Amino acid sequence: MKVHEFQAKEILRNGEVETPRGVVCHSLDEVPQALKQLGGSVWVVKAQIHAGGRGKGGGVRVVQSAEDALGAARDILHQPLVTPQTGPEGQIVRKLLIEEGIGIQSEIYAGLVVDRSSQRVVLMISPEGGMEIEEVAAATPEKILKTQIDPEVGLTTEDASAAARFAGVPEPLIEKAARFLQALYRAFWDNDASLAEINPLVVTTSGDVIALDAKMTFDESALFRHPEIVKYRDLDEESPAEIEASDAGLSYISLDGNIGCLVNGAGLAMATMDIIKLYDGEPANFLDIGGGATTEQVVAAFKIMLRNKQVEAVLVNIFGGIMRCDVIAEGLVTALKQIDTNVAVVVRLEGTNVETGRRILAESGLTLTIADDMDDAAAKVVQAARS
Amino acid sequence: MSILINRNTRVITQGMTGKTGRFHTGNCRAYANGEAAFVAGVTPGRGGQDVDGIPVYDSVAEAKRETGATVSVVYVPPPFAAAAIDEAVEAELELVICITEGIPVSDMIKTRRKMESSRTILVGPNCPGVITPDEIKIGIMPGYIHHKGRVGVVSRSGTLTYEVVGQLRKLGIGQSTCVGIGGDPVNGTKHKDVIKWFNDDPETDAIVMCGEIGGTDEEECGRWIAENATKPVAAFIAGATAPPGKRMGHAGAIIAGGKGTAREKISVLRECGVHVTENPAGIGELVKSLIR
Repeated sequence: MKVHEFQAKEILRNGEVETPRGVVCHSLDEVPQALKQLGGSVWVVKAQIHAGGRGKGGGVRVVQSAEDALGAARDILHQPLVTPQTGPEGQIVRKLLIEEGIGIQSEIYAGLVVDRSSQRVVLMISPEGGMEIEEVAAATPEKILKTQIDPEVGLTTEDASAAARFAGVPEPLIEKAARFLQALYRAFWDNDASLAEINPLVVTTSGDVIALDAKMTFDESALFRHPEIVKYRDLDEESPAEIEASDAGLSYISLDGNIGCLVNGAGLAMATMDIIKLYDGEPANFLDIGGGATTEQVVAAFKIMLRNKQVEAVLVNIFGGIMRCDVIAEGLVTALKQIDTNVAVVVRLEGTNVETGRRILAESGLTLTIADDMDDAAAKVVQAARS
Repeated sequence: MSILINRNTRVITQGMTGKTGRFHTGNCRAYANGEAAFVAGVTPGRGGQDVDGIPVYDSVAEAKRETGATVSVVYVPPPFAAAAIDEAVEAELELVICITEGIPVSDMIKTRRKMESSRTILVGPNCPGVITPDEIKIGIMPGYIHHKGRVGVVSRSGTLTYEVVGQLRKLGIGQSTCVGIGGDPVNGTKHKDVIKWFNDDPETDAIVMCGEIGGTDEEECGRWIAENATKPVAAFIAGATAPPGKRMGHAGAIIAGGKGTAREKISVLRECGVHVTENPAGIGELVKSLIR
């Protein structure tokens, strides 16, 4: 689960990770009060959306007067912000974070991720603060230090100090920086984060170590024990289709093509998209309805897929294992009768009682195309989407 | 022969008194030698009861002591599943197969850390289980699509494995053992481990591997194959059309930081001498061409 920068910073502050002082504004009226509260004469106005690359899209402005602050806020708030991660339509900015300006001495990259091969949390640190870490990894991998963290010990003072030295923190500030990194790790671990990225982490001119930016995502499987993080969910940042899918217990991702896919199981769902592409079609979505494929799920899945007006044909690909094909076919027929659509539907059923399942579909009175196997299904649905 | 499990394996179901554990244990008992194989259930606080005639114990250690079982299958709900694995590891079982989906990643990191000094093998979590056709099935896969033969199957995904086995079935190609290793980022057995075991198994002639986007397990496996494998390996990697940064259902199926694309995996596997098809409908035919 993603959260906003200001929320990530709240979580970090609760874990005694230092961040700039900031105020969240939902309207322009709140801006003058925020500036007054923060004091000083330099502020940073930051768009709060989930997508990254906000700086590149003009969503982060340093201002030196109340007038400029208000101007920047006016430019950003309630407007769509287009970044490399939002797509061309952009994302409407509904909140601003206004922060005190910070005198920067040096910028560092610090990130925590779960590393699959070592099966541990890894601290990545680099003196190349402010850069995209993927670019640093590709161009100058020697400028990244990776430290595996033993879950039974945590990030040791020794490792944290070595990481701070690698990142070029001046010697008198090593202890402070190490404490920062240890607090960051605790905030990550205690909250079941899946990613924490501080880019940049800065050493200030006054000798502080502070998280200038913060990005955190959280393990959805662990949210049951973090009600305080669930409260940070922002439905404005999610598409209506994604919200509906998660409510129905479906896994749905919208893509650019015109062929809807409804499949049970994530691997088979990806394979179905792949074979459509192999037959020169373009999948409109990834949709995994899980192992069961009940009538309710199929109805919800069709509603979600058909919200996308680009969809011209749908491929249903179900491998019935424990759940028998005749039960799945009954469910499909009930669902399709509830859904009024003229989109072509190709169904490929396989598994237990497949003959009965296919007969139920054939005798349903619905205009369905039945396919024998995945090749046949892909050929038929690509054809249907063209005609 | 086969790998991991056979007709003589004796199994404990952890989470026996739950709906899922009871249902699937029933199906597993109905398959081949299942009636003799599933000898115990464990649910803390329910010791002394029985479920459909299978005795329930309070702990894995007790169930092992009383029945001699060496393998467990875990259906315990996600918040408690990692602790259930820990218990099986502490009881020094040989093999733990965890079906549960949605275990917090940090729980699995702790569990894997504890397992570093243990000999117990973990398959999963979030996997369909393991089946040695016509001998024993431990997990949630449909038993009837499988039949005994000499092709080993290893996969990160459930229904895609069934698809592959279905294709093999239509071509009359049986399986030695099918292993679902699961779709989570932090798990037990990897592709490479299973392929090593198949390579050493005198009753396996060829191997099918179904991978998917995310991580670098398939690449590591490919490098092992290039240097060690004496048997042909067929592969399919799901997710060639998946966009970066989006989690495709499985927690582990995500292209992150430019790593883990299907393109990269396919090219590494091909360099390593693995036979890769890009058509998921053509896996059976590919295997057929390799064993003739």
